[in-house]
Amino acid sequence: MYTLAAFCVVWIVAAHCVFGGELTFELPDNDKMCFYENVDKGVQATIEFQVITGGNYDVDLELTAPNGQVLYKDIKKQYDSFTWTAQYQGIHTFCFSNEFSTFTHKVVYFDLEVGDDKPAVEEMGSHHTAMTLMETSSVNVFESLNKVVDHQTHHRLREAQGRGFAEDLNERVLYWSVGESVLVVLIGIGQILVLRSFFTTSTKSYSRL
Amino acid sequence: MAFLTALVTLCLLQSSAALYFHIGETERKCFIEEIPDETMVVGNYKVQAYDHNVKDYMPVSRDIGMHVDIADPDEKTILSRTYAAEGRFTFTSHTAGEHVICLNSNSSAWFNSGQLRVHLDISVGEHAVDYQQVQAKDKLTELQLRVRQLLDQVEQITKEQNYQRYREERFRQTSESTNQRVLWWSIAQTLILLITGFWQMQHLKSFFEAKKLV
Repeated sequence: MYTLAAFCVVWIVAAHCVFGGELTFELPDNDKMCFYENVDKGVQATIEFQVITGGNYDVDLELTAPNGQVLYKDIKKQYDSFTWTAQYQGIHTFCFSNEFSTFTHKVVYFDLEVGDDKPAVEEMGSHHTAMTLMETSSVNVFESLNKVVDHQTHHRLREAQGRGFAEDLNERVLYWSVGESVLVVLIGIGQILVLRSFFTTSTKSYSRL
Repeated sequence: MAFLTALVTLCLLQSSAALYFHIGETERKCFIEEIPDETMVVGNYKVQAYDHNVKDYMPVSRDIGMHVDIADPDEKTILSRTYAAEGRFTFTSHTAGEHVICLNSNSSAWFNSGQLRVHLDISVGEHAVDYQQVQAKDKLTELQLRVRQLLDQVEQITKEQNYQRYREERFRQTSESTNQRVLWWSIAQTLILLITGFWQMQHLKSFFEAKKLV
């Protein structure tokens, strides 16, 4: 019972370590979306984003430190990754802006990683004795698998981007083909009608004379 | 016992996320998760309202809850519930694809009277598994728990690879369909153009013959 209580106390303390997050959201046209994260001083954080669908696949990003200093500001980027070490403890703001676009909404993916990965169970993080070979191997495998998951995520995003564009293209080919066919037929009929009207009015004027 | 329950509840509550954003009271925000099938997704959230007296965001005192809508790739709603101001929602995907998680507060205001601060954290797959519980339930040693975690990770990677294969097939089908469409519509448009030209000449010829100009 007391171990459970001790676990909980350690967990409460540990849960205040921030770990960021990854989200995929839709950014409407002429809109701006800001996210805030508390980062402690001296902690290294990485923000990575990618535009999945929409227009020219670009978005503006601005990253601001708690004291108002702009750490990163770039416009119309498709993909970028930025790592920084927090100079001040406090709320860091990063804003995605689609204000330059008039009618295309974008789907943006971002991944914010703050500090190191939290271990799954508290006692895995705090080792009093040296780790055995098995434990060291399992830690290595875990980190390698994390990299695999990371690569998979990037692959998934690139593939989603390509697939979205291909599906868009497929639809556009159909609409434009149908539109052009209808246009050709209408122009053909229109030409005949205009030509007929030339000859019809001229015979009328001839008969009047 | 009651103290222990309270302490455990406190533990669970304290693990709310630190990443937050602002939305209006009547605004709806959606997040997309592209996941393979049979994957568990856990979302933790916390809502705070802006208190004008204190000039800061305080926990909601009014009866504001969070309405959560989750739609599967076929746009069918798989979860639509209103939760309290702070809590978590869980679902397991049965179809692979893009799931849309939408949040909006169930405030009865007619217009955006205030801003809400929403803390949100969405964990997918093996990140959503609570290893503390697993260790306690199955009574595993640390090494066994590590191996269990690795197994979960590998399983998730396999599912993602299978889903990737299905997606590439769909991509290939779309590209082949575009190829076919371009081919057949080009032929069709050429034919339509020829037929229209032919009809024009026929019509004009019969028109001039009727007008006794030819």
